[in-house]
Amino acid sequence: MSNFTRRNFLQVSGAAAAATTVGFGHSVLAGSHGGSKGKVVIVGGGIGGATAARYIKYADSKIDVTIIEPNKHYYTCFTSNEVLGGNRSMDSIKFSYEHLKKMGVKVIHDVATVVEAKQVVTQKNGKVTFDKCIVSPGVDFKFMHGQTAANAETDLPHAWKAGSQTMLLRKQLESMKDGGTVVISPPTNPFRCPPGPAERISQIAWYLKNNKPKSKIIAIDPKAKFSKQGLFVQGWKKHYSLGEGKMIEYRHQTAIEEIDIKTKTVVAGVDEIKADVLNVIPAQKAGKIAFASGLTEGDWCPVNHKTFESTKMKNVYVIGDSSVASPMPKSGYACNSQAKVAAAAIVAALHGKDAPHPSYVNTCYSAITPTDGISVSMVYNFADGKIGKVKGSGGLSSADASEEERKRTVKYAHSWFTNITADSFGR
Amino acid sequence: MNLKKTMLITAALTSTAALSAFAGSHGGKTATASGEMLGNTCAGCHGPRGNSFGPAIPTIAGNAATYLSDKMKAYKSGDAPSSIMGNIAKGYSDAEIDAMAGYFSKQAYKPMAQKHDAAMAKAGKKLHDKYCEKCHSEAGTLADDESGLLSGQWMPYLEYSLADFQSGAANAPKKMATKLKKLHKKEGAAGIEKLIHYYGSAK
Ligand SMILES: Cc1cc2nc3c(=O)[nH]c(=O)nc-3n(C[C@H](O)[C@H](O)[C@H](O)COP(=O)(O)OP(=O)(O)OC[C@H]3O[C@@H](n4cnc5c(N)ncnc54)[C@H](O)[C@@H]3O)c2cc1C
Ligand code: HEC
Ligand code: HEC
Repeated sequence: MSNFTRRNFLQVSGAAAAATTVGFGHSVLAGSHGGSKGKVVIVGGGIGGATAARYIKYADSKIDVTIIEPNKHYYTCFTSNEVLGGNRSMDSIKFSYEHLKKMGVKVIHDVATVVEAKQVVTQKNGKVTFDKCIVSPGVDFKFMHGQTAANAETDLPHAWKAGSQTMLLRKQLESMKDGGTVVISPPTNPFRCPPGPAERISQIAWYLKNNKPKSKIIAIDPKAKFSKQGLFVQGWKKHYSLGEGKMIEYRHQTAIEEIDIKTKTVVAGVDEIKADVLNVIPAQKAGKIAFASGLTEGDWCPVNHKTFESTKMKNVYVIGDSSVASPMPKSGYACNSQAKVAAAAIVAALHGKDAPHPSYVNTCYSAITPTDGISVSMVYNFADGKIGKVKGSGGLSSADASEEERKRTVKYAHSWFTNITADSFGR
Repeated sequence: MNLKKTMLITAALTSTAALSAFAGSHGGKTATASGEMLGNTCAGCHGPRGNSFGPAIPTIAGNAATYLSDKMKAYKSGDAPSSIMGNIAKGYSDAEIDAMAGYFSKQAYKPMAQKHDAAMAKAGKKLHDKYCEKCHSEAGTLADDESGLLSGQWMPYLEYSLADFQSGAANAPKKMATKLKKLHKKEGAAGIEKLIHYYGSAK
């Protein structure tokens, strides 16, 4: 910036002005009103889509931004486990698009069926053209053993997308008798929110301990280990009880083989377990639209880690749970962070510039009880063409953290929740 | 220059200015991220552009760059106690920390109105003027003091911060430590409470 004089600033700008008329041609100006710098269409108004919309508008309010999202309200998955624990209301995890609209973001409530070279096809609103498209559809589920998208809404909620299923699962817990059995089955890797199942177990255990203390939770996990395991196990032993016949029993490397849906009986390993509340979280894959649009390789969408542009389709950027951004996990924090990187890359591209050098962070807070919080975090950089962990950064909160620190951590987790949702949906 | 061309250049000027801020004006050549790009990653916890909506994570917007830089470096070295900032700060070089500090120092500070006890706040003002105003002037809203913003900062955070200074978990500047001791001797724990209510009463 040192030799950046006003004179060459004007020269550069003159060139940029020329490029605006010549370089971008009508694609930038197409479909947009005077002064527009291009048109961005975002599929999915979840954490990724909402954050990207805000940050594009922050950078250049002249860019025309449209979100396509079927629902009028978004319920955050994160902290929805606290609803299950009876520590939070559904209303507190409900967000609208009003603040985004006030920023000038257009919202079309519809389902996108396919993303094509320069347009998104919708169910009811025809085709919506774009210069750049962001796809952030979250995850889709690989249902097994008779669990389906339909009976998940009425009987066998996975509640791995917050909303009606969160309420259904909460109701099932409320109407369960004291002495009942809750069976929770975490999915295989990779899935959204690695510490999520253990956080859910903690929150449900909190509810049972205070309301139905004779009840128990049996986890049936196909995996050998899970995220923040040491901290969760420590917390479960301290606040609940862990082991066979205890409040929480965690079975590793055991997969559900069969489900009798009528009686909620599962066959797992050598056992048949009759559940009163059955919460099977299916394995996951990219959102349906990603498959329909040819954005996937295997179950997920490969992207350029500097920009999040799809490696399968130019001008289309996939962020959040659907993208392959490992070593970043599939989390809301990661997705919010990725959205800003993609937004910066898109704004730069629409101005004929190179994408700026990115930076990313992830954090997942979990509340084992309302006064015992833990965290895992990581800072990531872009090196050798891909996302990498910054050595020495991040990691788990300390197992030796004082009670005071753990109490503060829950307060910090709630601040994180207020702030990340403000950063995505505005307030 | 005709009107149309002038308008075009004006448009380009504004958008280039906006863009260069967003892209950190490196044009993608340097292999480090701009202060804004780095700072964006903090917003998930500290709020959009560093203004926190609470209830406990502090607002970092509008502080002096030196204050922010020093604090981050203290987290990084372990000199400042933290639940998570140590883990985060270790992810950045000192140059990256300086770049972020520069970015957040330029963001407008939005003091947060909070639920507080008016009588306690009134008493707190007197205590502030007596013990703290010298280094935290204008009720602790002058960034140039490089001593951390107080009025409008989140009350639970101030409570934690002051508890840590008093317990010795965090090191207060010598003279501040003396003032805190004096305050505690004369007013007891209630004195600190009153100060916190005063800072929470900012509009
Ligand atoms: C129980 C639970 C706890 C969690 N806890 C945490 C946590 O503590 N911290 C954390 O960081 N993360 C957490 N997560 C993960 C976090 O919720 C997700 O990683 C995050 O929501 C991903 O954002 P996304 O934009 O990829 O998808 P989503 O937020 O799911 O958004 C996708 C949106 O796209 C829309 N959509 C899908 N298909 C279409 C289509 N064809 N057309 C139009 N719109 C479409 C959907 O309606 C939805 O609104 C948790 C998740 C769960 C399930
Ligand atoms: C996971 C949430 C989280 C993230 C991400 C985060 N912070 Fe923090 N920050 C906190 C918490 C919590 C504290 C209080 C200290 C502690 O317990 O760690 C804090 C304190 C601070 C403070 C001290 C403020 C004061 O006046 O005392 C500064 C400065 C700060 N953070 C800067 C940053 C910067 C810069 C980033 C981005 C690189 C960042 N933080 C990312 C949660 C976070
Ligand atoms: C001699 C000057 C001085 C006096 C007097 C002083 N402070 Fe400070 N204070 C500082 C400096 C410098 C810092 C920042 C450096 C640090 O955190 O160690 C600071 C930091 C703080 C912080 C941390 C800010 C944050 O956001 O985390 C709080 C809280 C605080 N002071 C409160 C007080 C109170 C209350 C008083 C009066 C009882 C007081 N200070 C008196 C100099 C002073």
